[in-house]
Amino acid sequence: MADLHLPPTLPSLFVDLPRRLDVDATTVNEAIDRLDERWPGLRDRLCEPGPALRPHINVYVDRERAELATALGPGSRVDVIAAISGG
Amino acid sequence: MAKRIVLAVGTRKGCFLLESDEGRRDWEVRGPFCDGWPVYHAVVDEGSGTIYASAASEWHGAGVWRSPDMGETWELSSEGLQYPEGELKLSRVSGLGVGHGKVRVGAEAAGVFESGDGGATWSLVSTLDDQPGRGSWNDPSNQPPGHLGMTAILPHPDGPDRYMIIVQGFGIFETTDGGGSWEPRNSGLRAEWPLEDERVGYCVHKLVMSPVDHDRFYQQNHCGMHRSDDGGRTWTEVTDGLPTDFGFVAAAHPHDRESFYVIPLDPGHGRCMPDGAAAVWRTSDAGSTWQRLHRGLPQQNAYIGVLREGLAIDSLDAPGLYFGTSTGQVFASADEGETWDEIASYLPGISSVEVAVLES
Repeated sequence: MADLHLPPTLPSLFVDLPRRLDVDATTVNEAIDRLDERWPGLRDRLCEPGPALRPHINVYVDRERAELATALGPGSRVDVIAAISGG
Repeated sequence: MAKRIVLAVGTRKGCFLLESDEGRRDWEVRGPFCDGWPVYHAVVDEGSGTIYASAASEWHGAGVWRSPDMGETWELSSEGLQYPEGELKLSRVSGLGVGHGKVRVGAEAAGVFESGDGGATWSLVSTLDDQPGRGSWNDPSNQPPGHLGMTAILPHPDGPDRYMIIVQGFGIFETTDGGGSWEPRNSGLRAEWPLEDERVGYCVHKLVMSPVDHDRFYQQNHCGMHRSDDGGRTWTEVTDGLPTDFGFVAAAHPHDRESFYVIPLDPGHGRCMPDGAAAVWRTSDAGSTWQRLHRGLPQQNAYIGVLREGLAIDSLDAPGLYFGTSTGQVFASADEGETWDEIASYLPGISSVEVAVLES
């Protein structure tokens, strides 16, 4: 199980989506699949066609910058970050 | 039965709703809705009462929000709002058009999408692949900052398969078969730049149809005000008498085919109302002469702008007019523009104002 942390801009878009949850997945991409199965449309909020992460969405696995293909181990911590910008 | 007047206001930080009775003097403001996403265009479907708002988040992409209960609850959908893999990229959605049971939205890169289930799912209708100009309008060198792609969709009362669209910087196209084929509708327009093909290359900012004469159109163009008496097939410039030939908005009177309204702006980069004095201009003779309407509007140091979806007119016997500024004020007139009140002062920058008249 990966320990997944989501940005504060996401939970308000989906019913009962928490900021933190456990996900059974072997890659970042698969973790997003698991989320999209439970909250349809969530993949489109994080990824562009390709697929690729959206330009202002960053993912870190165990504090290292990650891509969709990055592998997850048991107990990996995954942080999905919306870039700090705007005003 | 009593009526309620609802303004849907799209802003840089969400959608707001302003509501009044038929007197249109006292307004209740609610919002922000749509989670604070930048909303390009918000409309109220007078038939169903559903509100739609096209929006694009810097982080989470583009979608269309919808509320079936006057803003109490909202849902976002982008299901189907994508181009086929490897072709065009959808960066934002822009102008909405609602009618005949269809919801349509324009996109950047330029394309039209539609929903037949009230905005829950979407499908691509057309990217106008065989039209003149198509080879260059998605070229990044033809896309200035803030490029909107397909900026507007104008439904036609004849039926669901007939409507017009605007491709930013290229002009108007009309379909009568639901998007299967298109015709440019730009004959007679003016451009202050070289044209490779006379059929396209015109910067149409806003297109409106007279509700009482469906062959009568008006448009505010980057280069002048124009009128059409033949359903958009040919255009005649009617700029003489206005302080500038530039502006973004136009509104057609609901009961009089000869009357419409515009807000001229300085054409330079500032694009504010001339001389810092706010005014709406009206013609009552199809553009032969113009009257400046300003009572109640700020006349000193008012360097305000109004974007292309920022002016609306209601359908009451004495129509009310409404405009929202790029600095967050909403002004309203309950007497066809003769006098004005500021009904909201501190909203985020406004991109659109639309009005609906609903049964109470």
